[in-house]
Amino acid sequence: MAEFLQFAFSGLTVGAVYALVALGFTLIYNASDVINFAQGEFVMLGGMSTVFLALAGVPLPLAALLAVIATIAVGLALHRFAIEPARGASAVALIMITIGASIFLRGAAQVVFDKRFHSLPPMAGTEPIRVGGAAILPQSLVVLAGAAIIVTLLWLFLDRTLIGKAVIATAANRLAARLVGIDTRRIVGLSFAVSAAIGAVAGILITPITLTSYDIGTLLALKGFAAAMLGGIGSALGAVVGGLVLGMLEAFSAGYLSSQYKDAVAFLAILAVLFALPQGLIGRGRVERV
Amino acid sequence: MTRLERSVAAAAIAVATLFAGAGYAAAQVKIGSVLSVTGPASFLGDPEKRTLDMYVEEINAKGGVNGQKLQLTVYDDGGDANNARTFATRLVEEDKIDAMVGGTTTGATLAMIPVFEEAQIPFISLAGAIQIIEPVRKWVFKTPHTDKMACEKIFADLKRRNLTTIALISGTDAFGKSMRDQCVAVAPKSGLTIAHEETYGPRDSDMTPQLTNIRNKAGVQAVVNPGFGQGPAIVTRNYRQLGITLPLYQSHGVASKQFIELAGPAAEGVRLPAAGLLVADKLADNDPQKPVVVNYTRAYQQKTGQAVSTFGGHAYDGLTILVQAMERAKSADKAKVRDEIEKTKGYVGTGGIVTMSPTDHMGLDLTAFRMLEIKNGDWTLVPDTGS
Repeated sequence: MAEFLQFAFSGLTVGAVYALVALGFTLIYNASDVINFAQGEFVMLGGMSTVFLALAGVPLPLAALLAVIATIAVGLALHRFAIEPARGASAVALIMITIGASIFLRGAAQVVFDKRFHSLPPMAGTEPIRVGGAAILPQSLVVLAGAAIIVTLLWLFLDRTLIGKAVIATAANRLAARLVGIDTRRIVGLSFAVSAAIGAVAGILITPITLTSYDIGTLLALKGFAAAMLGGIGSALGAVVGGLVLGMLEAFSAGYLSSQYKDAVAFLAILAVLFALPQGLIGRGRVERV
Repeated sequence: MTRLERSVAAAAIAVATLFAGAGYAAAQVKIGSVLSVTGPASFLGDPEKRTLDMYVEEINAKGGVNGQKLQLTVYDDGGDANNARTFATRLVEEDKIDAMVGGTTTGATLAMIPVFEEAQIPFISLAGAIQIIEPVRKWVFKTPHTDKMACEKIFADLKRRNLTTIALISGTDAFGKSMRDQCVAVAPKSGLTIAHEETYGPRDSDMTPQLTNIRNKAGVQAVVNPGFGQGPAIVTRNYRQLGITLPLYQSHGVASKQFIELAGPAAEGVRLPAAGLLVADKLADNDPQKPVVVNYTRAYQQKTGQAVSTFGGHAYDGLTILVQAMERAKSADKAKVRDEIEKTKGYVGTGGIVTMSPTDHMGLDLTAFRMLEIKNGDWTLVPDTGS
């Protein structure tokens, strides 16, 4: 029982990060049909910027805030200079653009930051908390709480505010949204900015546990995308569920099977779900009434 | 000038520059290097590159080798053995190097060995696994201690503490795998039993499932972690997070201050075999290695502002052995240099005292390794392990 709990804790922690990355994917995909493979880089930028600002002497909370703002700026720039000019291009072309952007950001990070691994001090103490024979780091709880808060805020934003409704409208039918007077370009830009913010916060929260370096973005983007597909791309709840399920699958296969195959098991599971339920675990059809 | 005169003048200048360029190039000894400056092995490759740059500059400032300046070409393989192989081919075919000092990781080195063996260029590797020099290959040498020696040194310390049942958690990279194989082979001879084994990928960020399995295995008295780079740092952090109090041994693949920084307070009490370089100031005054390691430490810290690591030390040894061989051979001829490298005797380096032979292309024995323990964020010598 204790080891089951331990694996579950480890799975939930890493799953929360996948969930946040998947949420970023979903948001941008909903608003613009673009799969943004630079999402992983937003996570990397959040963590690395905070580390370097802190090293330069900026107090940690301020460094984190500045890092999030910087990442939002990068997200907006990505939209303004890479995605927006290619508006009419095919989906594949847009995906390639985002992959190119992610490579560019990774290269820029090597120059602006450095190539080593970095950590941040834990935010809620260092002593692991013992629960039923298993140990969970306080930082893991911070990550899970952070993910829950972000998901709640996002839901409130999309459901309760006018701009949020505009985002849903743009996702449902871009032309109709424009006809109703919604500036879809601004909405897509906003979705990039919010995704960047979510990614940056995820990066800052997870760095005390998993360390950060200039190239963590690639694998995170892949797994986050897999999580989004698993949950059903287009559904925010699906992104969260997909991320948590993926994290748990990884942790359990590493613990009970072999750590060598944990990546393979996770991707195999996704394939299985997609064969059986192509819209993912939670996803519905793409049509939504506004 | 007329058009014709101008063209002739331009051609003459071009030809002259060509010859001047060729003449200049011919007067340089070309040393190639492929290092993992970025990627999961960056805290091995980065000090290696800085060390090579530093000392090539110093040697050139003093007039070079045999009156010729050294030209160093370094490529970054990013920790990927495929890249290393591509760069090795480029060094041989395009850069036309005379000798090679490099190969940060075991994977990169093994990938590059066929290239240099075929091109018949002396290759001094900076990686750990024993397969690099066993079986002995004519053109391949190495400066770091082998993984087999690390296992033997760790097992000797375990026996001294009466700990005979251990668990292994190894990285699946080439060095981790190789050292794990060596430990499994050497364990029975040392009277130790390996009760449980786990593995992790070199880029994994969470090893708590594997460590939980080890913790739950009854009878395990100590844990050994073959691997290098980021993985062991995370293993160490997870180890303390799970509250495991059994002794933890790392390999010499973590012999850099960056490991202590990354692992944080979790590194307290971790033991590892490493070169005396890490405890330069704490060595006995009559220790033959002391002057060499103290000098290197001071020079490196002054130039880079960073603490030394054994990896930079291995690069220093590799370059120095090569340069001394070239000086003895009085040329940069590849075959002659190779012969002289093989004749290295009693070279006091940062890794130990090196004496090579046709059957031993590394030249270190177990006394070159010291058992260290991390205390208060710094390396300390474990007493009564001999030097």
